[in-house]
Amino acid sequence: MNLERRLLNEQGGPGHRGPSLPACDVPVRPLAELLGAASLRDTLAFPQVSEPEVVRHFIELSTLNHHIDRGFYPLGSCTMKHNPKINDEIAALPGFAQAHPLAADEDSQGALRVMWELQKILAEITGFAAVTTQPAAGAQGEMTGLLMIRAWHRSRGEGAKRTRVIVPDSAHGTNPASVHLVGYETVTIASGERGTVSVDALRAALDERTAAVMLTVPNTLGLFEPSILDVTRIAHEAGAQVYMDGANLNALVGLVRPGDLGFDLMHINVHKTFSTPHGGGGPGAGPVAVAAHLVPFLPVPIVEDKGGRLSLTSDRPHSVGRVHSFHGNFGILVRALTYILGLGPEGLRQVSRTAILNANWLMRRLARTYDLPYPEACMHEFVLSGRGLRKYGVKTLDVAKRLLDFGVHAPTVYFPLIVEEALMIEPTETETLDRLEHFAEAMEQIAEEARTDAERLHDAPHTTPVRRLDEGRAARELKLRWGGAAHTTPKANAEPVAR
Amino acid sequence: MSFVGLGPEEETRMLKDIGVASFDELLGALPKKARLERPLAVPGPLSEIEQRRTFGAWAAENTAARAVSFMGAGAYDHFVPAAVNAIAMRSEFATAYTPYQPEVAQGSLTAIFEFQSMIAELTGMDVANASLYDGATAVVEAVLLARTQTGRSGVVVAGALHPHTIEVLRTYLDGQGLTVVADRGGVASVDDVRATLGPDVACVVYQYPNFFGLIESPAALHEAAHAAGALAIAACDPIALALLEPPGSSGADMAVGEGQPLGNYPSFGGPALGFFACRQSLVRRMPGRLTAETVDRDGKRGFVLTLQTREQHIRREKATSNICTNQGLLALRATVYMGLMGKEGLRDVATLCVQKTHWAAAEAAKLPGYRLAHAAKFFREFALECPVPARDVIAAGRAKGVLAGVDLGRFKKEWERWLLVTVTEQRSREEIERWLDALRAAAAPNAARASDGTKVAR
Repeated sequence: MNLERRLLNEQGGPGHRGPSLPACDVPVRPLAELLGAASLRDTLAFPQVSEPEVVRHFIELSTLNHHIDRGFYPLGSCTMKHNPKINDEIAALPGFAQAHPLAADEDSQGALRVMWELQKILAEITGFAAVTTQPAAGAQGEMTGLLMIRAWHRSRGEGAKRTRVIVPDSAHGTNPASVHLVGYETVTIASGERGTVSVDALRAALDERTAAVMLTVPNTLGLFEPSILDVTRIAHEAGAQVYMDGANLNALVGLVRPGDLGFDLMHINVHKTFSTPHGGGGPGAGPVAVAAHLVPFLPVPIVEDKGGRLSLTSDRPHSVGRVHSFHGNFGILVRALTYILGLGPEGLRQVSRTAILNANWLMRRLARTYDLPYPEACMHEFVLSGRGLRKYGVKTLDVAKRLLDFGVHAPTVYFPLIVEEALMIEPTETETLDRLEHFAEAMEQIAEEARTDAERLHDAPHTTPVRRLDEGRAARELKLRWGGAAHTTPKANAEPVAR
Repeated sequence: MSFVGLGPEEETRMLKDIGVASFDELLGALPKKARLERPLAVPGPLSEIEQRRTFGAWAAENTAARAVSFMGAGAYDHFVPAAVNAIAMRSEFATAYTPYQPEVAQGSLTAIFEFQSMIAELTGMDVANASLYDGATAVVEAVLLARTQTGRSGVVVAGALHPHTIEVLRTYLDGQGLTVVADRGGVASVDDVRATLGPDVACVVYQYPNFFGLIESPAALHEAAHAAGALAIAACDPIALALLEPPGSSGADMAVGEGQPLGNYPSFGGPALGFFACRQSLVRRMPGRLTAETVDRDGKRGFVLTLQTREQHIRREKATSNICTNQGLLALRATVYMGLMGKEGLRDVATLCVQKTHWAAAEAAKLPGYRLAHAAKFFREFALECPVPARDVIAAGRAKGVLAGVDLGRFKKEWERWLLVTVTEQRSREEIERWLDALRAAAAPNAARASDGTKVAR
């Protein structure tokens, strides 16, 4: 029998059970009487597997993942830095993990303290007046920020006419998607030839219909906007608000503050800059920092300090409202505050300084082998082009897949869209020079293989748990669950298919 | 503390390799006048010893550190098996990114596929996605999908939907097109709902069990919605679905909800776990990530993210949602939890909740001045009308190491004597008796009052 890689529904069977529960210590009454016979479901086709086998199943699955604790993870714009273990320990303290979001303020002083301290510190780091920690992720932060911008324009009687948001073509996809979600229209402007915002293009796009300009700083090429002060000034002259996508804040901490650059508001991806684990796709948190004129529009509730006693208040007539069931991803906020207080002011400055140093070193080293379309000094990340390998029939995708054989994760590929065959590389500050050298050598060997043995790249990866997967078939067959359609009994506990 | 592994000699060498004389040369694009020339005014640094001390003290300030909870209303104190924590703490799951390179992410992808499978089964729907932020935004995403699918804009909320969910809906919908049909005796009145349905209504949304813990009549609500050409959206509790008829079996178009009870902690309300399930015909309009089964080049089974052309990183402003990062690790916890508890364990959890909640309700209703606010059938939560403001009962509970329930007065002035009480499988009879003692103490004539001291007439 092939025991490898069975799904949970292909294991165990009747009588196999996990953790047991206490006997019922109150008088038992028939469920049909308590809930109504008509309300009861007949079947629940769930797996029946013993605890040891469930544990083995997930431990085996875990071995199939690449992760930051195993090796280098240079995904551009994702800031895959070390996740300090103390953060998780602190978030798991019973006083935090068991805290109930609707408990009275006097039962929640510790939780409110964490939110309050973090909000103050994030405001200081970003140079803004106040922070909401309610948005659950960067994209929700963007939406929340746009709602505040809309509310601000409305408060000035300009809500109806200002309906457009200017976004550069190098922006993250969430920017235009968030713009659309709040009912605004995206106006895309082309980047200038140096990869940064063209002030002329921006000036031409700005008019009395512009609600906001959204910019990522540094941008997705890893470049700081050299004309940023002009950009924010002319946007304001046109009556627009300027939003900063903070996905790349890891480049700026302690060096420059977005609030001092003329931005009106920004979101912060704490799962990037402030080291909270990415969790295989979340949870993150997307606090939004705002300048003083936007404070009345912050989501409710907000935390207030009344003479040392913290309380939540929703008595905010201009607020855009609530964006989360409760107070946002509190457990993630605890981790971020643990990290920030652990580093302190000097440690925070070292974060961005080292992230920039590592990125520039790696960029110069790899520019000897790969095309570097924008050769300026970068900030925390840079973008190479794999177009030079095209003559050997090798694509960026092949490079990415081959990298997996070296025990490192691939960079972000085919993004930003303005670079062909893009490889977007962000090493972060927590990598050592040895690790950077190992990655550079792998990239160099791959470029050599492209010349001498392209097949090896086309067939890559060779050493991973599975080889290249058929994504076309996945989309055609659309098998999104075991057992087929609803209301049919899944093939629970069937014999595994031999592979 | 520092997580940088770079010595001064290495730094010098790196700057030389880069071809600059100093680090500052790399910052040429930063405007000089805007540079921060002072250290950030941030406390610290703290060592781990000091972090434990500082945060340990803050955590201890929360009553939850030393009290048992009878609180629910969207965040529940259910059993979390040790194996869930052990597996979810593994770096392989916790420190991985979104599985964009499937060859080195089969662990996360397989677990997502299992999550989708079990959520679909639990809700009785065809398909489920990989997760959304929380229960409230899951409802929002369902409503937005219904609007796109039907080309209509009206949204009808049937009965007692969580007030916070309604607030979040108002935020996202800009207050437009939302009709809340008040409950009757705590539950939705199908006749009242039907009366609001017209050709502009995109969907009917209800909660199951509802905000007060009461069991709605899904089939009748689905039928009313469909008769008007609207879609039916159920916001459900996953523990309840272990026992209750799932919305999918009586025609719901979407079943969404808050998955926190599945192996996750209340954690002051977040991170939470939105889940989203729907009919097969809506799959291409679904928000968020989806995992599908496929094969690799050797024909070996594997899993990949699919239909990414719905998503923002490909589709940009035409995406079905702006969601990117979601709640991967919480979905993993829910998957491990559902796998561990299995068919019988999950039903046992739900059954214990029902038994204990009903016993607690019956005992409370015997106390002078207390009675159940509603007559309808309930699951593991009920609104208890108290002889005094609910906050006074909570104060009495605090003195006995009990978080006695949720003060519904925080949502509506006229509910100030209503305490929303949840009894999970974690509560022992002894703890329930302690809770009953708190109720007695609060009602006693000379009870110390948290509020103004005036006893409310009843």
